Parts: sequence; C-alpha cells; structure tokens
Amino acid sequence: MTVNFLLLLVMGVMYAGGIYLLLERTLTRVLLGMMLITNATNVLILVMSGPPGRPPIVVDGVDPSEYSDPLPQALTLTAIVISFAVTAFMLGMIYRSWKLGRRDEVQVDTEDVKVAEQPSFDAEDDAELQEETSEFLDEDEDPNADYEHATALNPATGALTVKHQADGTVSVTSRPGRQEEGHDDDHHPEEDERPGSPGARPGVHGVSGPGYDTTDDQKGDRT
Amino acid sequence: MNLVSLAPLAVLLPILGAAAAFMMVRKPRVQITVTVVTMTVTLILECLLLAYTWDTGATAVFIGGWESPWGISMVVDRFSALMLVVSSAIVLAVLVYASAQGVTDTDQGGPVSIFHPTYLILVAGVSNAFLAGDLFNLYVGFEILLTASYVLLTLGGTGPRVRAGVTYVVVSVISSVIFLIAIAMIYGATGTVNMADLAVKLADLDPDLQMVLHLMLLVGFGIKAAVFPLSFWLPDSYPTAPAPVTAVFAGLLTKVGVYAIVRTETLLFPGDRVNNLLMVVAALTMIVGILGALAQNDIKRVLSFTLVSHIGFMIFGLAVSSVLGLGATVFYVVHHITVQTSLFLVTGLIEQRAGTANMDRLGGLARISPIIAVLFFIPAMNLAGIPPFSGFLGKIGLMTAGVGLGTPLAWVLVGASVLTSLLTLLVMVRVWARAFWRKVEDVEHPPAKLTNAANQDREERTGRRRVAAGMLVPTVGLVSLGVAFTVVAGPLYNLSDQAARDMLARTPYIEAVLGPEAAAKAERDLELLDEQGINRTDDGSVGPGNGQGLEAPVDSDGQDTGTRPGESGGDDDSSGEPVDTENDTDEGVQP
Repeated sequence: MTVNFLLLLVMGVMYAGGIYLLLERTLTRVLLGMMLITNATNVLILVMSGPPGRPPIVVDGVDPSEYSDPLPQALTLTAIVISFAVTAFMLGMIYRSWKLGRRDEVQVDTEDVKVAEQPSFDAEDDAELQEETSEFLDEDEDPNADYEHATALNPATGALTVKHQADGTVSVTSRPGRQEEGHDDDHHPEEDERPGSPGARPGVHGVSGPGYDTTDDQKGDRT
Repeated sequence: MNLVSLAPLAVLLPILGAAAAFMMVRKPRVQITVTVVTMTVTLILECLLLAYTWDTGATAVFIGGWESPWGISMVVDRFSALMLVVSSAIVLAVLVYASAQGVTDTDQGGPVSIFHPTYLILVAGVSNAFLAGDLFNLYVGFEILLTASYVLLTLGGTGPRVRAGVTYVVVSVISSVIFLIAIAMIYGATGTVNMADLAVKLADLDPDLQMVLHLMLLVGFGIKAAVFPLSFWLPDSYPTAPAPVTAVFAGLLTKVGVYAIVRTETLLFPGDRVNNLLMVVAALTMIVGILGALAQNDIKRVLSFTLVSHIGFMIFGLAVSSVLGLGATVFYVVHHITVQTSLFLVTGLIEQRAGTANMDRLGGLARISPIIAVLFFIPAMNLAGIPPFSGFLGKIGLMTAGVGLGTPLAWVLVGASVLTSLLTLLVMVRVWARAFWRKVEDVEHPPAKLTNAANQDREERTGRRRVAAGMLVPTVGLVSLGVAFTVVAGPLYNLSDQAARDMLARTPYIEAVLGPEAAAKAERDLELLDEQGINRTDDGSVGPGNGQGLEAPVDSDGQDTGTRPGESGGDDDSSGEPVDTENDTDEGVQP
C-alpha cells in the first residue's frame, strides 16, 4: 500500500496542534483542539483507503483494483457528521458555562475541594475511645459521651491546607500536626489533651469538620 | 420467518419511539405513555431473542440482505442477548421512576420534555453497541449513546452539571477518537471492519502490529469502561446528574465498555498476550476505586467510586480467560448492572425524602422511612457480596477461576478482590451507620426537609405514603430482580458459562457470520496460538493459563459447571441440552 506523504504530514501537524490545545485550561481552545483531533482522524481514515482511483461505480471489464475504495469515505462521512454534532453541543455548553460563571475555563469541582479540605482524621470515626468501666455512667462521668467533639485534628497526621488561588485553581498541601514539626514522631499529647479525656473537652461544640454554608443547602442541583 | 431477523428492531423501535415522543413534546402524559410502551415492546422482543439464542447460540442478521464481509451484520449470541434483556429491564424500571419523579418534583427547572426522546435514543445506542457485528457499527452505537448521554448529563444546564458535562464530553470524545484511529489502522492493515472477518484476518498480521492495534482498542474501551488509570472522569461527572440519569449511566454505560473489551479480547485478539497487564489493571481498579469511595461524603460519589472499583472484578474474570472466569464475568456484569442501578435509585429516594445525599447531613432515615432503609440495605449487602446474594455468587465464581489459574499474579488478584469486598462492606456500613442509624439530633447541619420529616414522624406515626408510588415500585422491582438472581443462579450461571464457552471457542460467532470455512480457519489460528503460547514459556506464568482456558470448551462436556456455587445439578434437564448440541457443533467443526 502506498501512502500520500503530504496527507500524513498534515495529519501529524493537526494531531500535534490538537493535543497541545487540549492541554489548555481555556474551553474554547479545548474545543479547537477537539476539532483538530477529530479531523486529523478523518484524514487518517482517508490515508488508509490507499491511492485514489476510478470512481467506484461498477463498469464492465474494469479491474476491481482500479476503483478507489468507497468504504473509508463512507466511514469519514459518518465520523464528520458525529464530530459536527458533538462540536455544536460543546459550543452550546461552553457558552452556557460562560454565562453561568463568566469564565471561559474548566471549573473547579467544589465537591472535590470539600473532600480535599476534610481532615484525614475523622473525629467521629477515628477518636480513641476510653475504656468504659461501667455501663451506668452519667453524661458527665462518661469519658466517651462527647467523643465526636474530642478533636477535629489528629495531632499525628495534621490536616491538609487548601489554597484557593487567584486564577480559580486550588492547591492542596499537607501540613504536619500542630505539634512541633515531627522531631519526635512518637510524641503523645499530654494526658489532658488526649482525645476523650474530660480535660480536653472543648467548650464550644462543633469544632469538627469543615463548616457548611447553609445557603449551600440544595447543592444547586435539585433532582 | 426467523425470529432473530427481528433483532434490528431492538435498535429501530427505540429510535421510532423517540421520534414519536419528540412530536409529543407538549403533552407530557402522552410522551410518558409512548416511551413506556416502546420500552416494554422492546423488552418483550429481547426476551424472545434471549429465549431463542438460549438454545441455538450465535445467529447473524444481514441487513439489507448483503452477505457478511460486505454488508452490515448484527450478531445475536448468548452474551449480547443477555445484556440486551438486562439493560432493557433496568432501563424500563428507571424510565418509570424518572416519569414519576418528573411528575412529583414540581420545582425541577430543566426542560423535562427533552428527557424521554433522548432517553430512548440512549437505549437505541446501547442496543446497537450490543448487537453490532462490525467495529464501525460498534463505534456508531457508542456515539449514539454518548451523544444522548451528553444531553442527559447536562439536563437543565445548571452550573455543576455544565462543569461536569465539559469534562465528560471532552473525555468521551478523546476515547472515541482513539477508537476511531484504531478502526482506521485496522482497516488499513486488513481491509475489513467486520468483526468475524477480522477474527480470521488479524491472526495473519505481524504480532507487533497486532499488539499496537490491540492496545489502541483497549485504551479506547478502557476509558469508556472506566478501568483504573483511565477512570478519573467518572466520579467527577456522574454524581451531578439527576438520580435516574446517574442510575442508568452507572448501570449501563460502563458495562457497554466492558462488553466491548470482552468482545475484542475474546473474538479479535484471543490468547493471553495482555492478560498479565489486565490482571494488574484489574487489581488496581478494585483497590484504588474502593479507597476513593472511603474518602467521600456524598452517597452518589461513594457509589460512583464503588462502580469504578467493581469494574475491576469484571476485568479480573476476563483476564483469567478460562470458561470459569469469563462465565463469572458475564454473571457479574448482569448482577452489577442491576445492583448498581438500584442503589442509585434508592439514593434518589433518599434525596427526595431528606433533601440531600450528603452523609454528613443525613441521619435517622431508618426511623423516618423504614422502606428506604430496607431498599438500601439489600442491594448494599448484595454489592458487598454477603453470602445469600448474587454478588457473593459472582465473586466466588471469579475467585474459583483465579485460584484455578494458580499463578502468583492470580493469587494477588484473588487477595485484592477479597480485600475490595471487605472494603466495600466497610463503605456500605459507613453509609448505613451515618445516614440511617444515627439520630437526627446528632447531625450537624440537617437539611430542613430532614428535620421536618423527623418531627412530623414523631407527631403522627400513621399517615399517608410520603414516597411516590411511581418511584417506589420500580425501585422495589429492581431490588427484587437483584435478589432473584440468587434464586435463578443455577440456570443463569449455566447460560453465562455457555456464553463464555462460545466466546472463547470463537467458532460459533464466526460460523454464524461467515460460514464454517472461516470458522475452521479461526480454529486453526487458535491452535497455532496455543502452540506458540506453550512455546513461549519464558514468561512462566503464561503457558498453563492459556492451555487450560482454550481447551476447556473442547473437552469439558459441561463438567466444570459442577463446581459452581448455587448449582446443584437439579436443573440440568432444562439447560443440559444446549450444552450437548453446543459440543456437537464444536466437534463437527474440528479437524
């Protein structure tokens, strides 16, 4: 099979440009990249059909190898229609995204940020429970009565810091515990600070977990 | 007239129904009726197809009467018929659910009139992908269902949905482009896109070239199926959509990808050239997915991550590539479609009842709405694989296959699947403990709807039904379908095993499309590959798995089905016959 070098070159340039544009954060460039890539693929299908020949209409006495291959053209046509539809839809979505956020950019997933912001230590799941000596303790005596609020931050693991940057992106860094920076990994907090012990009980309830915005109630998408 | 010649109706009916529904945009009631009737007829048709192929195996339909390597063919075999029936069943259930929700939720802002036509188009795409007999038709099927899914995912065009939609569309387009590139290169190398024809012709190519084509297809389908390194997009995009849409996406779309992977692995590229890679990928998919689920607080996101994680189980069975493993994969796909969909539907019920699906803000649901609690608990335990349920049967089948293979990697995979099952249980228990068991008073920022419900409940125990019946009935139906898989596990496993045997032998499929000569050639290719596989012992772990996997269809005589869980042999009279006929045809073809 012989191939057309020029077509291959065009295809390669289109792929390269398309992939470069896809890596951008701006949505219109992503769209352009998509268009370049899909059309480069159409060129690839065309290249795969081999050298051009006679129109594929059967004439008596003509060797079948003289016709050009009609199938890849049919495939390309289908692919063009599909990519046209998707491009149109994508354009509509980009416009909608711009109308909603006034940003021609890939938006940050708020739910992802929430998950990133939550401390790796979950007060409710991970608090160390004191051994209970009796089942008949009052609220005041029971060391575990308030375990949820014992601590929001595990001194050993610390929490993740999430920085909202000016361009709308988010960077997550891990911050070591609030103790002195880990020269002593086995450092245990003082008895009074220990989760669950009555002395460590904070005065205010609700230190655990990131605070939720009450206006965030419906998460914007009622279903 | 042959019943199978009606197979294209499985694609055509939904498209016609979509057109009719689209004309009825102004009359929601008529629209719902048209859509439900269309889906019911399609489901009945597909049940007939399954009943037909149950005995006969693969049959091809040549559209327009053009014979196979030239015309477009649709192939119905046991696997595709089973997938068609299960997908249509859940699609119908979700349709009823969505219609009821659209009627009850008056505050829903989106253009609901577009939902029903688009939904039917999605079904047409899924059916087309399952029935496609050539690669390009498979591509078209994928594109139909993807384009419909773009619309459904961004229904209403709210901020979060558009944000998720952008990611989803771009990723899907890239996967489709990779698939299309693979098709173009395959066409350039072989001059055909018919899958049966390719099965014969690809074997003559240079092994390295085969590997390139193979991996291209695998990457393209891997993105669609959300296999580990390519699964990042799924938990980002699915949870924002309306509950019924997410349910049907989670149940179906990734499974179409899995179906495509299974087809290419068994039909186009037999042998175990990438099996070790698939095993590593399967293990990573399981573990990474379930660890992601542990970190989430939103139930929809938790479920999206478990979805990714359990795709690993299906790849596991495929990678083992024995009748046991592939049969278990087929069973697991069927089980997982149903269970995952019902879980998402229940999440929709939770959202409707409590106003949020965020676990941090949920509580006391077991008291407020015991029916939702039961409906959540059963599929959750089913997903985790607690013994009486079908999840357990699927997993035990996969593990039996893994142990049967016996390579170190297979053992690692068995260990990973046990770990994943336990972690799934942990995830589900975590949801259960937070959303259902703890008191509403312990919740930090309960949504108004939840506190209202709790207070109301205390005041008036009796009262009217608070969950719409139209949403409850399909959910109950799906949950009981998931439970019913346990009851019919024997025949279902038999069918799965036969489907797997057909796919591994390849001859029934090729014979249906191209006739016995091509099938004989494919059989010889397979034997040649078998010899090569045994020769290529430098890998150590490759040889035995290959031999076992490929010889099983020839000499098993249905013996290995005896090791199946939940199958006592009592139902052999119903399904024993097809096994015999199947082996007869196999032996007839063999040189």
